[in-house]
Amino acid sequence: MTGNAKTSRGALTPYALWAALFIVVPLVFVAYYALTDNEFSFTFENITRFFTATSSVDGREVHTYLLIFWRSLKLAVISTVICLVLGYPLAYVMARASERRQKIMMILIMIPMWMNFLIRTYAWMTILQDTGILNGFLSVLGLGRVHIIGTESAVVIGMVYDYLPYMVLPIYSIMAKMDIKLLEAARDLGCNSVGVLRRVIFPLSLPGVLSGVTMVLIPSVSTFYISQKLGNGKFFLIGDAIEGQYVANNLHFAAAMAFILMVILLVVMAVMKRITNHRVYGGKAA
Amino acid sequence: MKKIIELKNISKSFDGETVLDSINLDIYDNEFLTLLGPSGCGKTTTLRIIGGFETPDEGDVIFMGEKINDIPAHKRSVNTVFQKYALFPHLNVFENVAFPLRERKVPKKEIEEKVNEMLSLVMLSGFAHRRVTSLSGGQQQRVAIARALIAHPKVLLLDEPLGALDLKLRKDMQQELKKIQKATGITFIFVTHDQEEALTMSDTIVVMSEGRIQQIGTPVDIYNEPQNAFVADFIGESNILDGVMLEDLRVRFSGHTFRCVDKGFASQEPVDVVVRPEDVDIVPEAQGMLRGVVTSVTFMGVHYEVIVDIGGFKWMIQTTDFVDVDEHIGLSIDPDAIHIMKKSEYSGLYGDYSSFSNELDELSQPDEEEEEEE
Repeated sequence: MTGNAKTSRGALTPYALWAALFIVVPLVFVAYYALTDNEFSFTFENITRFFTATSSVDGREVHTYLLIFWRSLKLAVISTVICLVLGYPLAYVMARASERRQKIMMILIMIPMWMNFLIRTYAWMTILQDTGILNGFLSVLGLGRVHIIGTESAVVIGMVYDYLPYMVLPIYSIMAKMDIKLLEAARDLGCNSVGVLRRVIFPLSLPGVLSGVTMVLIPSVSTFYISQKLGNGKFFLIGDAIEGQYVANNLHFAAAMAFILMVILLVVMAVMKRITNHRVYGGKAA
Repeated sequence: MKKIIELKNISKSFDGETVLDSINLDIYDNEFLTLLGPSGCGKTTTLRIIGGFETPDEGDVIFMGEKINDIPAHKRSVNTVFQKYALFPHLNVFENVAFPLRERKVPKKEIEEKVNEMLSLVMLSGFAHRRVTSLSGGQQQRVAIARALIAHPKVLLLDEPLGALDLKLRKDMQQELKKIQKATGITFIFVTHDQEEALTMSDTIVVMSEGRIQQIGTPVDIYNEPQNAFVADFIGESNILDGVMLEDLRVRFSGHTFRCVDKGFASQEPVDVVVRPEDVDIVPEAQGMLRGVVTSVTFMGVHYEVIVDIGGFKWMIQTTDFVDVDEHIGLSIDPDAIHIMKKSEYSGLYGDYSSFSNELDELSQPDEEEEEEE
């Protein structure tokens, strides 16, 4: 027994090293930079600056970074909800399709992920521009042109496109594993299709929904490039702010913002997990 | 008795492979009916057609006089106890049992009463708020039964429900299921490949093989009067011999002419003769109708299982008398211990007991369960 435990611990060493080097150490650095000033002496100044800094927008005094953060959160939540609404039925259809179909659909979902996301974002620019493919298509159909590029909608479209697979895959994998007998049992006990979905499939898929939401919400809150390209730089998001400070060599304030964002996301995830745990007992989510 | 379900000429195939071949079966109210057969015989498919999970390619399913081929499962007054229970892991015991009532929007108070009543019927009072994943196999089984019975279906389908339980528990559950069936008066349709289970529990047994019904009858009928070599071999142990019917009440096999109680066969008609191992008497060699050498003796507790070589055919005999290996013995068979069957496609498929081994028999069982048809 001890020999086994020893070898398994030995096998873990490279991963432990990897985790320490690339996860723990950077986090410690982020925290360290966030809580120090340029001379590396301890200070809360960067943290308080995030919450108190003001600037004037359209003649009104606003909390600059709180506003940016609020905007990021809003767009991220909208994108996540859209991803969920689009992704859940897709995952459901996929999980119930024949094995061949499942493979094809999986490949179709994966292929865009093989392309660099900058390129994908540029592709959306050419699609959404005022003289772009979408508007060209609309005018051929005799419909009016739409102005999308540079609006929040364009940013949301970009994020949904980029992050949809991260919503579909975890939900799909949990649905594909679901015991078909449970669905038959529900039908047997009087549920129609809607009832089966509502009373069995949905509650059992909640752990998948939770990880999908996590995997979409977190990168969308901290996204930065999509907003610059598709929002024409008009929608400064928290990711852009961090990048901006970093590029301006303001490492300590950049780290402070990253640190605060991280803490807020951790709290949000913990709360979500608690809520779903209440609904999914007996399942694996606990 | 009132017919509750009629299957008329039901055929079903999957991917070009025939699973059910013109099944005709009447199921009566209040009856405990067992579909018995080896894996792949079509018993589970038959059950799924009644439950509404499969539609027959041909034929009609009649439920209380009405054709229900196209009625979906959730609208049938039939509930199922699934092979591996299929309890909802996200719901506790109470909610699992209450599931059908919640769907029917039954008032809260009534749900509580009925669930508690059901839980006490299956002896799980006090388990209401436990997680189903924390229950033992036997307890999960009871939850599944309570859940299937709470909406008072006309018919309860049970798909090898005892397969996953150990022997002792299985015996207890057999008694209990029988008791529940009597108490509720609901028709039970029970699927199993375990002939002993079928014999102890059923009012009617339907023996199936290769998508066809081989015999329908009471357990006693099926055991004493098997219709063909398949049924004789599948139910209990039997010595199946080639014989010739000389005339009414006289049959010749193993080189001896026996008196029997069967008639109505043509003169000189070749037949299959069944002699059950417990119906053979061992007598001194000189007094035997048949003579042979003992090749093996196995102590089984209540009796010995003796294999006797008679002219190259290995007989199995169950006896409480001790005989020794290599002993020369005589066998005596009473007329009513001999059962004559018409020749069928199964004739000659089941040899003697020359390669018989109890262990081998049991070893091959778990595999069969696993590859049960979907």
